[in-house]
Amino acid sequence: MSDPERSEGNSLKYSPLAERYASEVQAILAKYPSEQKRSAVMPLLYLAQSQGGYVTKQAMQDIAGILEITPTEVASIVGFYSLYYDEPAGKYRIQVCNDLPCALRGADQFLEKLCENLGIKVGETTSDGLVTVEAVMCLAGCDKAPMFQVQTGEGLEYHERQTVESALALVESWGNQPHGEPNGETNGETSASPAEGEPTSPSEPMYSSPMYPSKEA
Amino acid sequence: MAKPHGELSHILLRHRDIPDIGQLEVYQQYAGFTAFRKIVTSMQPTEVIDVVKASGLRGRGGAGFPTGMKWAFTDTKNWPHYVVANADESEPGTFKDREIMESNPFQFLEGVAIAAYAVQAQAAYVYLRGEFWQLAHALDQKIAEMEAAGLLGDKLFGTDYSLRIYTHLGAGAYICGEETAMLESLEGKLGQPRLRPPFPPSYGLYGKPTVVNNVETLANVPLILSRGAAWYRTLGTEKSPGTKIFSLSGCVNKPGNYELPLGTTFRELIFTHGGGLPEGRQVKAIMPAGASSSLIIATEQALDTPMDYESVPNVGAQLGSASVIVVDDSVSISWLLNKTLHFFKHESCGKCTPCREGTYWMVHLAERITKDVTIADVTIADVTIAGDPSAEEVELLKSVANQIKGKCLCALGEFSIEAVLSGIERFPEDF
Repeated sequence: MSDPERSEGNSLKYSPLAERYASEVQAILAKYPSEQKRSAVMPLLYLAQSQGGYVTKQAMQDIAGILEITPTEVASIVGFYSLYYDEPAGKYRIQVCNDLPCALRGADQFLEKLCENLGIKVGETTSDGLVTVEAVMCLAGCDKAPMFQVQTGEGLEYHERQTVESALALVESWGNQPHGEPNGETNGETSASPAEGEPTSPSEPMYSSPMYPSKEA
Repeated sequence: MAKPHGELSHILLRHRDIPDIGQLEVYQQYAGFTAFRKIVTSMQPTEVIDVVKASGLRGRGGAGFPTGMKWAFTDTKNWPHYVVANADESEPGTFKDREIMESNPFQFLEGVAIAAYAVQAQAAYVYLRGEFWQLAHALDQKIAEMEAAGLLGDKLFGTDYSLRIYTHLGAGAYICGEETAMLESLEGKLGQPRLRPPFPPSYGLYGKPTVVNNVETLANVPLILSRGAAWYRTLGTEKSPGTKIFSLSGCVNKPGNYELPLGTTFRELIFTHGGGLPEGRQVKAIMPAGASSSLIIATEQALDTPMDYESVPNVGAQLGSASVIVVDDSVSISWLLNKTLHFFKHESCGKCTPCREGTYWMVHLAERITKDVTIADVTIADVTIAGDPSAEEVELLKSVANQIKGKCLCALGEFSIEAVLSGIERFPEDF
């Protein structure tokens, strides 16, 4: 959907987003007063991100056209908020919380072991492009740590009370080997895959021994 | 006059007593929406506000401001009005609003509706943090069910009052829990706080009078209207009436949400409900307001302190959102500061220089102080830089923290230094 008055301008000759998702765009705009349609920028960015997991320059221009703001203003929103991306990553983003309450329950060790098993470092993507692992800020799941969310273009889901094994099983269930043929593209080191390598550490009880650095230790 | 646990069934986490209360027909079987129907059909907005004022309900988002008074501040010369429910729950250690919305959603939504009627708003937004994507979709369905049942929409219950509720997803920015940053974000802008005053009840969403309330606050409202202010005041303490959901996390055996009367002691929460600490561990410090909290030294006196808005300051902290992080005796406080400072540096919105630069430098100092390693001194052009973090760096950290204090538009920067200053002062042996 486009504003007819705007169509003479140079910013909205072609808007694939509005064409492809006509009814969704209309439903989003209907939530806000008609003179305040800039409010729709965040839901429209999620809509754009549902195609491929990141927001393309074209999509930012489309949104700018729909909302009658500049593409730079749209890009500033993408840059400010941490759940929008302007470049592709793994199909699944595993985002582990290692903030204080989770860290007190072993989240740092969980994150480290998970990455070790996937053969990547925090922030990297597996060589087959399936999984990116990231450390993120508090996700409001402190009592069920270690926990993470999985973000894809389609949305987000929580996985709580996790062990390294359960997380790796989830990755396996996504249907592929997390490390296909190493192509040297994303990282230099590959550890053994969970199937053939060393077993991951046994599930640790939620809280049993100090899991954090201590001066006395 | 806090009541001992056991006499009280839940009034917020009611799904723990009534498992299917998340279904509309079950919620209605338990008198759900009778309060909303009653006020719309038979009460003036000001009468509703008076009941909430009389109940003594205080905002549960952290500041503890009297809810009825906030509603009464809404400027009646400027229209339309809006209600925005703050569901941006992002404070490390806080996970209570999520449970309310997941499991007792209609009580929360009825609270939104009552607040909207009280200030005569015809549109209300629920601003959820972006990570609550699944929850937002579930709430959309609940809202659709309410519309289908005639509980939302035009000319409700045969009156002239109309109301719609919409969800709006944020996208991962702690700052948007600050009410004016939230309003900016809802307007499609960067989530950065506004200069106040004016406050939202006079200048809020789209410059219109707006009530912003936390999810838990709103979930209290339906029962206050249906059972009365006097009933509500039988719970909790005189100055802090009602129950509170304490999110308990960290070094305890049974972390989780516990709904208890305000005024319950730390000891009861941690040991009676939270199952205490694993064998051989002692409580070293308590952070009663999440990462934004000062560190309380866990003395016997502190453990026996009632958790209410008036008593917690006596042991050097604030109750805030009541997200109680328990820290045991194996944790180094300098490590802890490094964690909280990383959070605040990441979440600083960048608008105010003292916070943006201060959190950056505090992280760097905390990193050095935490790393308990020996590094050789370096001398460049006759200036020697000590390899080992020295006492001077701890002083420098304090100095940076003190320069953030009182110099920012919102509380984020202030919150970032609470743990720093209290931690260095109260646990000097860890630095």
